[in-house]
Amino acid sequence: MTPAKASSRKTSFSPMIHSYLRMDERFPHVWCPGCGIGIVFGALIHAVHELKIPKKKLLLASGIGCTSRMPGYLDADTFHVLHGRALAAATGVKLARPDMEVVVVGGDGDMLAIGGNHFIHTARRNIGMTCIVLNNYNYAMTGGQQSPTTPRDMFATTAPYGAIDDPVDACLLASGAGAAFVARTTTYNFVQLKRLIKTALSRKGFRLLEVVAQCPTIFGRLNRIPTPKDLVTWIKAHTVTLEAAKKMDAKELEDKVVTGVFVDREVEEYSERYARLVKKVRNAH
Amino acid sequence: MKTIAKTGNEAMAYAMKQINPDVVAAYPITPATEIVQIFSNYVADGEVDTEFVAVESEHSALSACVGASLAGGRVMTSTASQGLALMHEILYIAAGNRLPIVIALVNRSLSAPINIHCDHSDTMGSREAGWMQLYCANSQEAYDSLIIALKVAEQTAVPAIVSTDAFIISHAMERLEVLEDEEVQRFIGEYKPRFSALDLENPKTFGPLDLQDYFFEHKRAQIDDFSKVLGTYNKVAQEYAELSGRYYPALEEYKTDDADVAIFTAGSTADTAKEVVDGLREQGRKMGLVRMRMWRPLPVEEIKAALGKFKAVAVMDRSDTMADFGGPVFLETRGILYDAKKKPLLTDYVYGLGGRNIDISDILRVYDEIEQVVKQGKIDKLITYLGVRGEE
Repeated sequence: MTPAKASSRKTSFSPMIHSYLRMDERFPHVWCPGCGIGIVFGALIHAVHELKIPKKKLLLASGIGCTSRMPGYLDADTFHVLHGRALAAATGVKLARPDMEVVVVGGDGDMLAIGGNHFIHTARRNIGMTCIVLNNYNYAMTGGQQSPTTPRDMFATTAPYGAIDDPVDACLLASGAGAAFVARTTTYNFVQLKRLIKTALSRKGFRLLEVVAQCPTIFGRLNRIPTPKDLVTWIKAHTVTLEAAKKMDAKELEDKVVTGVFVDREVEEYSERYARLVKKVRNAH
Repeated sequence: MKTIAKTGNEAMAYAMKQINPDVVAAYPITPATEIVQIFSNYVADGEVDTEFVAVESEHSALSACVGASLAGGRVMTSTASQGLALMHEILYIAAGNRLPIVIALVNRSLSAPINIHCDHSDTMGSREAGWMQLYCANSQEAYDSLIIALKVAEQTAVPAIVSTDAFIISHAMERLEVLEDEEVQRFIGEYKPRFSALDLENPKTFGPLDLQDYFFEHKRAQIDDFSKVLGTYNKVAQEYAELSGRYYPALEEYKTDDADVAIFTAGSTADTAKEVVDGLREQGRKMGLVRMRMWRPLPVEEIKAALGKFKAVAVMDRSDTMADFGGPVFLETRGILYDAKKKPLLTDYVYGLGGRNIDISDILRVYDEIEQVVKQGKIDKLITYLGVRGEE
């Protein structure tokens, strides 16, 4: 594969987006046509740009999976660590450099299965970082195995008769663990997506944003919704807002994805509490 | 016996189907995902009686295997690279509890930086875990080795890792001869565990606290059992040869009888090196190849006898010890040869890390250089990093 030169290519992307990407060094990217990751990545860049977060203050970390390839393309301080361990590694960064704006991205498999333990405890501590879980309902990079979020009765390569497990709800999990900010949207709602990333970036403590995203190549094909347009439309059709959900009963909500802000509260950020403790102990000696 | 076309991963999945284990617990990881992926189809289609458990990490995968094996089941899994690294502590639990679990593994580099291609750093990093290790040169061997390894593991109560090279073997289609399902079943027989947690008449405890009083004796007993693996392997490999017509020694020699020099290497590179040896012999250059197949336990006497014949040997290591002393095969071979009556001049070539291609010209160069060592009677460069930019 020869990396395409950004400058030699006619493109409709804005120069602003390009200025955040390693176009010459790392493109073309690995994602499939129609994948939802680009939409989330674009929204993240727009949010960072609009909030005027300097590149030097931005740290993007990830584990393993399709979504976790994002840090390779962002022209900022980024790292790509072990499967499921991005939140643990990012915790180290935030404690060492509380001034950094730490963002962690990962898929449902990375964050909620192998990294599920770190997810709970990072939320519990309320350490200052924005965690974006891109939920495409399967392990896409390894070929579409059932993940912790695969909905009941939907197909995965390891669930040829449909999933029999109940899926985990990332937002409920983070809320239960005590996260300061918990919200969900989909790739269909780009405006809301960008707005929620901006809100998350401006809050303190642990901020979870779950984004339901399309994986047409693997999940879509396995579930007979193989085109990006149809899959995004399918996601939209299964989405209800938090306000609308309040008027619906359990039966009506059974196969629905509820979007909106579930938790938004003020907390004391962990690295500040930690710094205060360090100061107190040092002064005591 | 029938002839089919399969990739390394398909061949291993097919062997697993014919073995028909009681439990398979696994987690996806490139490039080994396919093995259990294909196997899960056999489960879904009712072609095996296996309980298939899709877990949330490799740590859990091998833990589930430990539980199933303790319960007396015939148990297998599959992984690669970081997956094996995440299984690391459970490797010791399985071996220490004498659970003959078999892993169908694809050798892939360890992160960082992240890489999905072949080297042997993953299994070489688990050498001390108490697992038998077999490195395969092609898909046929991967298929055969899983069946052999399962039988040896169950007879010795020592778990086993059978590995292929990432993508080079795992994803390449090859011609393959396979046994009938019944032949495999007859060969491996029924698994009768020494102890089972589900023996309700005779309840047992596994893995309890064992301190200064008895831990050492238990470890010594485990080491003693491990020392029986090679003998059992030789017997089982012979039985398998009688069944299949294919014999796999722990250490393979290729055109070594009249050779002055040899390469000592493993995996798919050994098959490439055989081509090189054939070409050299057409030119009248008498050079041989010794292939490392079993690296745990070490076939110590076999290595001494095989390598002792040469004036010089180049070890080709597909991983590094980070001991500032070359690769693990080199380091251990040097140790083995220390008290050999006859020993060759020994050099090391660390090659192919992260899937860096190794082709015929690279191997030819190693033969040329080792020939030079014989001519000079001394080694100029003990450890070479083959084909690294900025190095040479």
